Amino acid sequence: MTAGPGQRSDAAEPLLSVEGLTIDLPGGVGQPGLVEDVTFEVRRGQAVALIGESGCGKSLTSMAILGLLPAAVRVAAGSIRFDGVDLLTCRRRELRRIRGGPVGMVFQEPMSSLNPTMTVGDQIAEVRRLHLGERRSVALKQAGQLLSRVGIPNAERRLGSYPHEMSGGMQQRVMIAAAIACDPKLLIADEPTTALDVTIQAEILELLRDLRRDLDLAVLLVTHDLGVVADFCDDVVVMYAGHMAERTPVDRLFYEPRHPYSSALLAAVPQAGRARTSLTVIPGRVPSAGQFPGGCRFEPRCEHSVDDVCRRPQADTTIGDGRRTRCGRVASGDLTLKGTVRG
Amino acid sequence: MTTTTPTAAAPKSSRPARHVVLTILRRPASAIAVAFIVLLVFLAIAGPFVSPHDPEAQNLGNRFAELSWTHLLGTDEFGRDVASRIIQASRIAVIAPLISVGVALLIGLPLGLWAGLRRGVVDAVAGRLADTILSLPALVGALAIVAVLGPGLVNAMLAVGIIFAPGLFRVVRGATLAVAEETFVDSAVAIGSSTRRTLWVHILPNIAAPLLVQVTILMGVALLAEASLSFIGLGVQPPDASWGSMLKSAYTNQFHSPFSVVPPGIAMVLTVLAFNTIGDSIRDAVGVRRRT
Repeated sequence: MTAGPGQRSDAAEPLLSVEGLTIDLPGGVGQPGLVEDVTFEVRRGQAVALIGESGCGKSLTSMAILGLLPAAVRVAAGSIRFDGVDLLTCRRRELRRIRGGPVGMVFQEPMSSLNPTMTVGDQIAEVRRLHLGERRSVALKQAGQLLSRVGIPNAERRLGSYPHEMSGGMQQRVMIAAAIACDPKLLIADEPTTALDVTIQAEILELLRDLRRDLDLAVLLVTHDLGVVADFCDDVVVMYAGHMAERTPVDRLFYEPRHPYSSALLAAVPQAGRARTSLTVIPGRVPSAGQFPGGCRFEPRCEHSVDDVCRRPQADTTIGDGRRTRCGRVASGDLTLKGTVRG
Repeated sequence: MTTTTPTAAAPKSSRPARHVVLTILRRPASAIAVAFIVLLVFLAIAGPFVSPHDPEAQNLGNRFAELSWTHLLGTDEFGRDVASRIIQASRIAVIAPLISVGVALLIGLPLGLWAGLRRGVVDAVAGRLADTILSLPALVGALAIVAVLGPGLVNAMLAVGIIFAPGLFRVVRGATLAVAEETFVDSAVAIGSSTRRTLWVHILPNIAAPLLVQVTILMGVALLAEASLSFIGLGVQPPDASWGSMLKSAYTNQFHSPFSVVPPGIAMVLTVLAFNTIGDSIRDAVGVRRRT
């Protein structure tokens, strides 16, 4: 074992730290990684967002933490440490203890995330039976309390329901109940509200916020909704085409983004009260892996690109205040970007 | 959030297994098929108590007797009561498919589940092996295995089971591949479920429908395979009766007693038909009710 579980972390050490994470397709020699050199951390009780368009590697990054990557891809480099344990090198047994125990996970599609042949009560109880060795009857009783904790009315009676008898919002509540069944320290939520309609989205976010406060839960939220980020998170990791474009405290992002991609994303958020204007878009689309440009990956779509500087690969640079950017022009002070919120 | 609550009766009627069973029994054809199999199992268990005569008692003075109230289906070349022998053979008709499908499940199910979820070496090796076995004509393969193991009911059914295993492996693997794509498999892993537990608790119930269909249809095929092997003398050994060996002796003596091919033949046809009917209705019952 490389990381003895005896080395308990002190309060200063982050709960989760991802360093230099690189994910690639084995066999694709010379191909750039699907995710390259991603570094961030989540402290106890903190909420961190991974944002970016579809296909930027947000989900892969979040899946990699619990070792849930599809068989076709692998972690090529980097380390993922959770609470003193190196998740990439620890034993399978240790990983299984962490999955569903101190780390809970909620997926995007609630309807396909629940087993259609099991009652929701059994699915929640399963977590406690696996981790705490509770008997079915005891675990089911706990599952009832968890269901009412996540705001499902008539929880006791709902234990015997099958997932298809519930609405999407209810199913997502069940998923959350299962994820928090063993009092996790970290909840990884991979676009938990994307598949739901808007009013339900707000309810689910409200629930997550309550749980965060009551359980002192750290949250890693994968999303592409900047509105959610703004009122839910402390730190933001902006991802683009497998790279970490910018890492920043959330309030700074809106005042002064430090990567052209971040500012383009901010500009693309529809603003209430500005009727009959056309929506701002970022021209082009995220390149697929294998077609990444050689220099800055955002360069072809960037309105601030300058030929000689931006055609070269960009380094991930620390720029003070705990912020990092992968834009050379911003790092050198050559370019200053404006946020959507005046500071 | 809705404030109205669903009626308490709702969860009960939605039990998937119960729904399937009810759908099958509501159809006359499949209800008859189920009744026939129940009758067969009853005869297999209670045979000695309900059969009119001792199936092995010979009476050389009364060979090839015509149908009568004493001998409902006549007698064979040793003067044994055919009706009693059909009943005695029903035990084989129940045991033989159970052994061979059981063996096929024992080999094909775990391998298919594992290969479907984890792919990798198990999938590659088992897949090639399955291709190899499937490329042999089934009965010839079974003959080769019986040649090694020696004749006898158990050996013959083991051989048939081994021949069935690759097909079952394919069905299980294919169904597992499809289910493994679903997020709930990921979320099972994400709550700390081991691979074995994920396979048995989360994937198996979700592939139960195609598996059950395949198993019931294989039961019928297994019965025919047993009959074929017994017909050529490699299955059930005398004096035990099997429908296949009865057919064989009826065939040998068809000029003395043309009727004697009928009872074992009909028994076989009906049993295989019953298995296939049940298989079809399981498929229909499950197919109609996809998740909405």
